[in-house]
Amino acid sequence: MVTHEDGGGHGQHHPPSGFIRKYVFSIDHKVIGIQYLCLALFSVFVGMGLSLLMRLHLAWPTAKWFFFKGGLMTPEQYLALMTMHGTIMVFMVLTTAPQSGFGNYFLPIQIGAADMAFPVLNMLSFWTTFLSLLVMLAAFFVAGGAPIGGWTSYPTLSALGEIAGPGQGAGETLWIVGLAIFCGASLMGALNFITTLIDLRAKGMTLGRLPLTCWTWFVTAILGLLAFGVLLAACILLLLDRIAGTSFFVPGGLVITDQVVTWHKGGSPLLWQHLFWFFGHPEVYIAILPGMGVASHLLSTFSRKPVFGYRAMVGAVCGIGFLGFCVWGHHMFISGMSPYSAFAFSILTMTIGVPSAIKTFNWLGTVWGGKITFNCAMLFALGFVSLFVSGGLSGLFLAQPSLDLYLHDGYFVVAHFHLIMGVAAIFGMFAGMYFWFPKMFGRFLSEGVGKVHFWLTFVGVYAIFMPMHFLGLAGHPRRYFDTTAVVYLAKLQPVHVFISIAAFITIGAQLLFLFNFFWSLKAGKEAKEENPWHATTLEWSIPSPPPHDNFGGLEPVVYHGPYEFSVPGAADDYIPQHLAPNLVRKA
Amino acid sequence: MPGTITEDIEIIDAGHGGGTGTPAGGDDDRDSPGARRPVPPRAYFTALQLGLAAIVMFFMALASSYIVRKGLGTDWQRTPMPQVVWFNTAILLFSSVTIVVARRKLESGARESFRTWWSVTTGLGLLFLAGQIIAWRRLAAAGMLLSTNPSSSFFYLLTAAHGMHLAGGIFALLYVAFREWKRSRISQATAAELTAIYWHFMDGLWVFLLVLLTVGR
Repeated sequence: MVTHEDGGGHGQHHPPSGFIRKYVFSIDHKVIGIQYLCLALFSVFVGMGLSLLMRLHLAWPTAKWFFFKGGLMTPEQYLALMTMHGTIMVFMVLTTAPQSGFGNYFLPIQIGAADMAFPVLNMLSFWTTFLSLLVMLAAFFVAGGAPIGGWTSYPTLSALGEIAGPGQGAGETLWIVGLAIFCGASLMGALNFITTLIDLRAKGMTLGRLPLTCWTWFVTAILGLLAFGVLLAACILLLLDRIAGTSFFVPGGLVITDQVVTWHKGGSPLLWQHLFWFFGHPEVYIAILPGMGVASHLLSTFSRKPVFGYRAMVGAVCGIGFLGFCVWGHHMFISGMSPYSAFAFSILTMTIGVPSAIKTFNWLGTVWGGKITFNCAMLFALGFVSLFVSGGLSGLFLAQPSLDLYLHDGYFVVAHFHLIMGVAAIFGMFAGMYFWFPKMFGRFLSEGVGKVHFWLTFVGVYAIFMPMHFLGLAGHPRRYFDTTAVVYLAKLQPVHVFISIAAFITIGAQLLFLFNFFWSLKAGKEAKEENPWHATTLEWSIPSPPPHDNFGGLEPVVYHGPYEFSVPGAADDYIPQHLAPNLVRKA
Repeated sequence: MPGTITEDIEIIDAGHGGGTGTPAGGDDDRDSPGARRPVPPRAYFTALQLGLAAIVMFFMALASSYIVRKGLGTDWQRTPMPQVVWFNTAILLFSSVTIVVARRKLESGARESFRTWWSVTTGLGLLFLAGQIIAWRRLAAAGMLLSTNPSSSFFYLLTAAHGMHLAGGIFALLYVAFREWKRSRISQATAAELTAIYWHFMDGLWVFLLVLLTVGR
C-alpha cells in the first residue's frame, strides 16, 4: 500500500462555525434537509398562488381583476399559469420535500449514520436544485413570459420557438434548461441516498429492520436514478431542436400561426412522449412513495401496533417501483398506438393495483383493533390513505384504453392525478411535518391549530377534486381557458364556481399551517423528552434537535425490528430499535 | 421477524452481522454502541456503480431515440464515418491498457513508473478528444452539420455526450495524480481503481456507440 486507507480523523466531521458554513453552504444532512423543505414550502405557495389565479378566472371568466393588464386574463396568461403551476408543484414540491427534504433529514438518522455518504455532494445537490428553481422562475420575467406548453411540454409546439406562442420563446428555453439542471441535482441526490442506505447502516440494521420510511426513500432514489437520466436526454434533444435546428421531434410541413415550418422535417413528437413518460410515470411514484412510507410508519406508531405484513409492504413498494417503469404507455393511449401495445400497457397498469391494494389493506390491518391516538400526524396519515384510495380507484378507469379515449385530456384526469399524486403526497408531507417537527426543532406544532388545518384541508381537497370527476365525465376538456361559450359546458359553470370557492377556503387554510409552523418554531410547546411519541426508530433515541453528528460520535447498535409495539412480556408498549435485549423484559 | 408481534421475547434476534455482510471498518465484534466508524471505501464503489447505471440510462435513452428516429425513415441519410475515428478508437482502447499498467505500478510501489503510465493514459485521453474534434471538422468540411440530417445530428450529439463524460474521466485522472491523498477518506490506490473502472467503462461505451454509428447507420 502506498498510503494507508483512511488517514486522519474523518469518521465524523466537526461542527462548522460561522453563519455561512452552518446554515447556507452547510454539509450537514439535517440543515440540507431543512433547506429542501424551505425551498418546497416557498414553491408550494408560489404554485398555490398560480392556481388561485386560474380558479379565479375559471369561476368568473368575465370579471375584471386589477392585477391583469386591462383587467382580464389572456388565454396565453392562463396557459402560462397552468404550465408553471404544474412544473413547480411536480418538481419543486412533490419531488423535493418528501424525498430530498424529509429523506435527507431522517434517512441517515434512522439507519444510525452520522451523515450522508457524500456530504459535499449533498450540498451541491441542494444548490443545484435551487439554481434550477431560479432558472425556471426567471421564465416569468423574460420577453413573452413563462412557457404555455404544460408541464409535459409536448413538441411540436414546444420545439418551434416564439411562433408557437409568446411563452414558447425564451421562457420555454429557460424551462428546458431549468429542468435539465434539476435532472442533474436529482441524480446527485439519488446516488447519495442509495449509497448511504447500502453502506452506512449501523450494526444490526439489517434490511429486514429498516423502517418503511427508509425503504420508500430507497426505492424512490432508485427510481430517480434510472428516470432522470432519460429526462435529461429528452431535454437535450428538445433543446437542440429549438436552438440548433435539428429535427428529432418536429415533422415537416407544419403550419403554425399561418407560417409553414420549412426548417424542420421528419421528426416525431411521439418520440418525446415516450422519453418524457418513461421518466414521467416513475416520477409519479417518486412523489407518492415517501408518503406511503410515512403513512405506514405513523399508522403503526399511533395505533401502537406493528405494521401489518412488513415484508409484504416492502415487496409492494419494490413492486410498485418496478412496475412504474413498465407502464408509461398508458399516458399515450390516444396517440394512435397499436391496440396490442395499448392492451399490454393496460394490463401492466392494472397490475399496479395489486401492490397498491396490498398496501391499503395492510394499512387497514395495521390500525384495526389498535389503540389509536387521533393527533394531527395520525389524522394526516389516515387522510393520506383515504386520498390514495380515492385517487387510485379512478386510475383503474383511466387504465382502460377504451375509457381513456373519452376521459383523456379531460377534468377526470385532472381530478385523478391531483388526488393521488398531488394531495395524497402533500398529506404525507403534513403527516411527516407534524410527526417530526418536535425532533427537528425541539418544539411541537400546535395540535389545536393543526386539527382545524387538517379538517379544512381534508374536506377542502375533496370539495375541489371530487366535482372535477363529474366535469370530466360530462366531457369537459382540461387546459381550456374559457368554456362558457360552449353550450354543453356552459351549464357546468356553477360547478366551476363551487370548486373555486372550495379552493380559496383550502388555500386559506394553508395559511393556518404557515402560521402554525413559524409560531411553533418560536413559541410552540417544548419537546422536553427525546421520544414524545414513544416511537421505536433511532431518531427518537437522540436529543431534539439532534446534535451535529447525530449520535455524539458513537455508532448505535440495532437489536429490533422497526415496529415492535405492544410486544407481550415487554416492559413498555414499544421496544426501541436500539434497546439491548436484556432490557426489554418486564422487570 | 420484523413487524409481527413476537410471541416469545427470547427469539428476538440480537442482530449480528451488521447492516451488510462486511463491516464498514474497525472492529465488528462489539455488541454495544462504539466509536463511529469512518465512511468505508466501498461506498465509493457503490456510488460509482450507481453513477454508471445513471449514465447507461442516459445513453440508452439517446440510443433508443436514434433507433426510433432512424425507423421513421424517409429523410435519414447515412453519415460517412471519418477515418480518424478508427484511429481515435485504437487510442482509447490502448489507454485502457496503459491505465491497467499504471495501477499495477502503483500497487507494487513504483511511484515514478505509476506517474509515467498515468500521464500516458491522460495524454491518450486528451488525444482521443482532439481526434474526435478533428472528426467533427472533417464532417463539417464535407457539409454534414449538426442540423443537416438526423443521422449527422446523432453523430455530433452522441460523440459530444461521450466526449464530455470522457472529459470527466480526464479530470479524475488529473485529480488522482495531483491531489494530496494523506488526509483523504480514501487512499490514492482506491481512487486510482475507481478512476480506472470509470475509464474502462467509457472505453466500452465508446465501442457500443461506434457500433451504433457504423452498423446501425
